[in-house]
Amino acid sequence: MASQEVLREEPSRGSFINDPKVRGYVFQVVVVILLVAGVWWVVDNVIENLQRLHISSGFGYLKSRAGFDISVSAIPYTSDSTYGRAILVGLINTLIVAVAGIITATIIGFIVGIGRLSRNWLIRKICMVYVEIFRNIPPLLVIFFWYSGVLAVLPVVRESIGLPFGSFLNQRGFYLPRAIWGDGSWLIFVALLVGIAMAWFVARTARQRQMATGQQFPVFWTSLALIVGLPVLAYALSGFPLTFDFPKQSTFNLTGGFHIGPEFLSLYLALSCYTASFIAEIVRAGILGVSKGQSEAAGALGLRPGSILRLVVVPQAMRIVIPPLTSQYLNLTKNSSLAIAIAYPDLTATAGTVLNQTGQAVENVLIMMLVYLIISLLTSAVMNVVNARMALVER
Amino acid sequence: MKHIAIGILGAGALGLMASAASATTLDDVKAKGFLQCGTNTGLAGFAAPDDKGEWKGIDVDFCRAVAAAVFGDGTKVKFTPLSAKERFTALQSGEVDILSRNTTWTINRDTALGLNFVGVTYYDGQGFMINAKKLPGVNSALQLSGAAVCVQSGTTTELNLADYFKANKMEYNPVVFEKLEEVNAAYDAGRCDVYTTDQSGLYGIRLTLSSPADHVVLPEIISKEPLGPAVRQGDDQWYHIVKWTYFALLQAEELGITQANVEEMKTSDNPEIKRVLGQEAETKIGTDLGVSNDWVVNIVKAVGNYGEMFERNVGTGSPLKIARGINALWTKGGLQYAPPIR
Repeated sequence: MASQEVLREEPSRGSFINDPKVRGYVFQVVVVILLVAGVWWVVDNVIENLQRLHISSGFGYLKSRAGFDISVSAIPYTSDSTYGRAILVGLINTLIVAVAGIITATIIGFIVGIGRLSRNWLIRKICMVYVEIFRNIPPLLVIFFWYSGVLAVLPVVRESIGLPFGSFLNQRGFYLPRAIWGDGSWLIFVALLVGIAMAWFVARTARQRQMATGQQFPVFWTSLALIVGLPVLAYALSGFPLTFDFPKQSTFNLTGGFHIGPEFLSLYLALSCYTASFIAEIVRAGILGVSKGQSEAAGALGLRPGSILRLVVVPQAMRIVIPPLTSQYLNLTKNSSLAIAIAYPDLTATAGTVLNQTGQAVENVLIMMLVYLIISLLTSAVMNVVNARMALVER
Repeated sequence: MKHIAIGILGAGALGLMASAASATTLDDVKAKGFLQCGTNTGLAGFAAPDDKGEWKGIDVDFCRAVAAAVFGDGTKVKFTPLSAKERFTALQSGEVDILSRNTTWTINRDTALGLNFVGVTYYDGQGFMINAKKLPGVNSALQLSGAAVCVQSGTTTELNLADYFKANKMEYNPVVFEKLEEVNAAYDAGRCDVYTTDQSGLYGIRLTLSSPADHVVLPEIISKEPLGPAVRQGDDQWYHIVKWTYFALLQAEELGITQANVEEMKTSDNPEIKRVLGQEAETKIGTDLGVSNDWVVNIVKAVGNYGEMFERNVGTGSPLKIARGINALWTKGGLQYAPPIR
């Protein structure tokens, strides 16, 4: 504002060169031109040098046969699939471990973060030790800790540890029975969906009734009964169509059943534990950021400690927690690229293999950077929406 | 992470090289004062540091031979250990002058990757290794259906493996690591049943396992793996220097020139030996190549002839004890053959 007043006092001396507005535009245009020219220069050089060095370029290779196998794939993939599909398999593996890690890290993080503020000395100290250990060790070492320190010392295949429900744990991972859905099992899924929808409706009605009359309704138990009870009922009605394929011992490995490899397990556990320690600190900071008067007032109204936390403190703390939480989610997703050290075929690993088999480094690195950028931007966008809904509504 | 870093650096380097590439590789190497050689990170017999920290192996000796040809001194060479994934980008981007890293010669690498393989310093083939103690009764690769197989990523091995199991209608579970040491550790820990790579490599790796006697290499060889050094395309002079260094090593063995007798051989009456060693009057063989005329003398002084190099690193003089087999000279029923140096 001050500069405008100065301008008014000293009407332009005839030259627009001294006009800050014009100058601003000129500088911005110059910077944009320099930037575009710089990018163009680099791209042009890359193309020219690739041609001069007789290195093939372009993205046509994505449609060629890959020729290598990938151990973990959520979509059908064989060595006859294309390079493009191999990269897609890696991307899906990255997303699976990132989503699973984010959910687990958030749960552990909230429990530990709240635990650090517990009145119980033992809980407080245990949570503190957890945070200090995992926060101060590089994530790669945490991955190696789980991979070589915990999972690799499990017994060999022939001496697998038997667990309930016909599942096994050994050096090669975790083997679970796989469900085989028979005829009529669609009814179970429909029942599950109906149960969830009804539970949501019950919760909404109960909230409205509590707002209007102050009467409470046991929402939790009703929802549980609906979500579990309806599918079980459907299961019985459709004539028990579910059978299980149990893992069995063969020459080399356990075959059949559902297999979770030690690579996924160690990456998932390591990322969860590591990121949870940061989330715990963020949650603690958020809770401490809520004025003490709030919980004292809630206590004065007769709320129990659990309810104070759930209804008064955490909702307010969330406003402080969510923005830094987004950064942690992004970190976790990007740290998943450390999978390369332990043979989990994530995006970096498969795209790296494609890079080596085709030799097209520029294109592959570009694809990897773009994909991670898009994942991160999407995560940010979702978290921004959540943040906007949590923000203080000003009246 | 490192391969991405190299990828990005490579991309960056390709972008920034502009027109600086006018100088030839030979001039660059001479200006630097040493040869930058891309090798394996640690494979016994091919490229591995010994207990004194000195690099040993056929691949590193080959680089020493090239350095001897260029500088007359086999020690003027620096080694860049590269993983299978990093190797081509490192060569393409000019980080190394020569890639001598037990790399299989294929048409795709010769054409689409912008490389030129100079020859085959070791004829190899892919094999399988298992722990015979844990898997008694398995004595053929055809019994491996259902096995977990440890393999290094970004190799021809990975592709042959997929082809072999598919062709024989067998299933397997690949466990793919980026670095050789990681594959070794995982196999040793029992993460997989089978280790697959080039057979020479399996013998070398077996020595590093916790109980080498328990492991056996299965008889099947499932592929051709001609391993050799490669250079960048577009510099014929450098390509010729490296290629003829390889031929000179073979020619020296054929003529019986060894590290011990090379000085005596200079005064030999045999015109062929004199010609190869640059003792012919007014000879231009070396200078036409771009090196000095006593280049073969320098090479043999530095690393010996091909046979000596082989025996010292992978043959009877080494813990690997691999027989010459098809790597013998053509005069002894092998495949190693050099065009005449004249």
